[in-house]
Amino acid sequence: PAMAGRGRGRGRGQMTFNVEAVGIGKGDALPPPTLQPSPLFPPLEHRAAPLPGGEEGEYMLALKQELRGAMKNLPYFVKPGAPRRDIERYSDKYQLSSPVDSAIDWNPDWRRLPRELKIRVRRLRKGRTTILIPKCKQRVALDKEETIKKLESLEKKEEEVTSEEEEEKEEEEEGKEEEEEEYDEEEHEEETDYIMSYFDNGEDFGADSDDNMDEAVY
Amino acid sequence: MTQAEIKLCSLLLQEHFGEIVEKIGTYLIRTGTQPLRMIVNDTGLLLDQVKKALCVLIQHNLVTYQLQKRGFVEYEAQCKRILRILRYPRYIYTAKTLYSDTGELIVEELLLNGKMTMSAVVRKVADRLTETMEDGKTMDYADVSSTFVRLADTHFVQRCPSAPEIPESPEAPPPPAPTLVVNEKDMYVVPRLNLIGKGKRRRSCDEEENGEPKAKKQKRDGESLEPPPDDGIYWQVNIDRFHQHFRDQGIVSAVANRMDQTSSEIVRTMLRMSEVTTSSSAPYTQPLSSNEIFRSLPAGYNIVKQVLDQYLTLLADDPLEFVGKSGDSGGGMYTVSILSGFGSRCARIFRLLLRKKHLEQKQVEDFAMIPAKEAKDMLYKMLSENFVSLQEIPKTPDHAPSRTFYLYTVNVPSSARMLLHRCYKSVANLMERRQYETRENKRLLEKSQRVEAILASMQATGAEDAQLQEIEEMITAPERQQLETLKRNVNKIDASENQVDETIFVLESFIESTIRRP
Repeated sequence: PAMAGRGRGRGRGQMTFNVEAVGIGKGDALPPPTLQPSPLFPPLEHRAAPLPGGEEGEYMLALKQELRGAMKNLPYFVKPGAPRRDIERYSDKYQLSSPVDSAIDWNPDWRRLPRELKIRVRRLRKGRTTILIPKCKQRVALDKEETIKKLESLEKKEEEVTSEEEEEKEEEEEGKEEEEEEYDEEEHEEETDYIMSYFDNGEDFGADSDDNMDEAVY
Repeated sequence: MTQAEIKLCSLLLQEHFGEIVEKIGTYLIRTGTQPLRMIVNDTGLLLDQVKKALCVLIQHNLVTYQLQKRGFVEYEAQCKRILRILRYPRYIYTAKTLYSDTGELIVEELLLNGKMTMSAVVRKVADRLTETMEDGKTMDYADVSSTFVRLADTHFVQRCPSAPEIPESPEAPPPPAPTLVVNEKDMYVVPRLNLIGKGKRRRSCDEEENGEPKAKKQKRDGESLEPPPDDGIYWQVNIDRFHQHFRDQGIVSAVANRMDQTSSEIVRTMLRMSEVTTSSSAPYTQPLSSNEIFRSLPAGYNIVKQVLDQYLTLLADDPLEFVGKSGDSGGGMYTVSILSGFGSRCARIFRLLLRKKHLEQKQVEDFAMIPAKEAKDMLYKMLSENFVSLQEIPKTPDHAPSRTFYLYTVNVPSSARMLLHRCYKSVANLMERRQYETRENKRLLEKSQRVEAILASMQATGAEDAQLQEIEEMITAPERQQLETLKRNVNKIDASENQVDETIFVLESFIESTIRRP
């Protein structure tokens, strides 16, 4: 009995088991060997069953698309930073560049997170610590006293959490990140009476996502 | 974690959270548990990007962290939970059917934000509902609160593990990461809140607000500078509870298909009575007496006790074993079998082989009454796809092939796993195709959106019809056609993704049940 595969190429070739037991009759041709990957769009043998229609299906479809659109506009959707500008433009001074990389637009509850995840904004050269202030959509004239009070309470909160070790690590990290553009609200906001959100030099045109949420989102 | 699952997770993360979060999530899925430094090094992303992404992922319960003994923190992706993003529409829709629009929005907000305090949810949902109401009408916080309580009572939402209280002595340095504690007995306890207020509409014209100081505006918007009364108590959607509901629905409709409406209502009643006492992995419900069942039937069902007992007996006697009898007290004790929902589906595919367990090919031909050639083809196809396998039964000790039986047999759990794998691949392919279609038509889509925006603003300022028409014509007829086609295709693909996820649910539940079967 030629069991070891000798005789390959002679007629059908030998198998280690009796092919008749699985129904391959004597003299039946076996399909040719596969020499290439299967085609990208193999012929469809059975048509796909139609999708169930109906209210439930329609509603879930709408929900799915709305969710997709909604998520893109939430602060959890992390966008990469704006590309670095190679030419310094005059308008840059008044750009409302959002702190995309270096701050979080929502306030996580830091009591529930590892401390190493907290992002710190670089200190001002003048030695004053800049606190992470939650970004708000409308730049309205701040009530000075309220701001100072708020800053003080936030500063106090920060001090409770910061330890000496952390400070050192922070310095190290900030050294590495010197080259990054860090948005400092205080620095940029001081000198103009113009409301930042009104200014648009047209560079973002077409880059970002939908304004009109009534339209179905794809 | 198969490649197909990883790929699908990546696509879901990318679509809902962007590429940066996707990159980090995928990295963690592939490499397992990692500390922050490794993630930064290996992904090549900036430190702040990684931090932000991890915060987002943790917020949404997609990544968990663990403080190691040596003082550093490690992060781990929850792949199965990431796959659940596919099911969000179904959770939200279910909430709508059970607790109407208010319930729907509560669940939606919790899913969109990962976790929230009850006061934040109530405020947000009241605002959203108010937007949809007629002018002058507003949604009361109390109404939203009561729906929230119902969701908590029926376990559809639950409290998140809580952060430890601030230690009495602040001199000791705080740990690098808090250890969150699961409080079993408080999991569904709603804090006593006195939420008074109504939803507010978003003002479209903000001119009046310019003079207001920021703090006052914030307070009016509902963001108080003081911590809310339920500060630190966060809620999340209880996904397992929704799955239990889907399973119950499946059983009820299986009963309805096989028997009649009344039988399915009885089973539905039994399941409802057992909702919170049955754990999500139990093979059957706690025993219920027929007296209890009789008392709990919905008001519309006017059947007498004897008729109920007859139905229960019928259900218990049915070979598909929907209901089991477990005792005689209280008029007869009955349980619902959770596994019954699967039997009929598998049997439809493999009925013959399942009943007979092992068959030779000749026998398959004979029993199925299918011509030899066709039977052979089908068997080989199933064999090559691993739906069936060949088992050798030697007739003689030397295992000589000519004297060995070759039997076909079905390996149901592995078939289920294989089908599941195919489903993951299918959804991934569907998503890729959908994204491709959208990308190909990006320019046209943007143009269409711009035109819509212009039209909207023109209509708001009372433009004439002729002017509006001029703008509309900026989109040519063939372009309109293209947009129609795109919309139709995207809708079809999206609907398919929903459909495949339904199958994924059934297969995953089935596989899970075969593992736990006693």
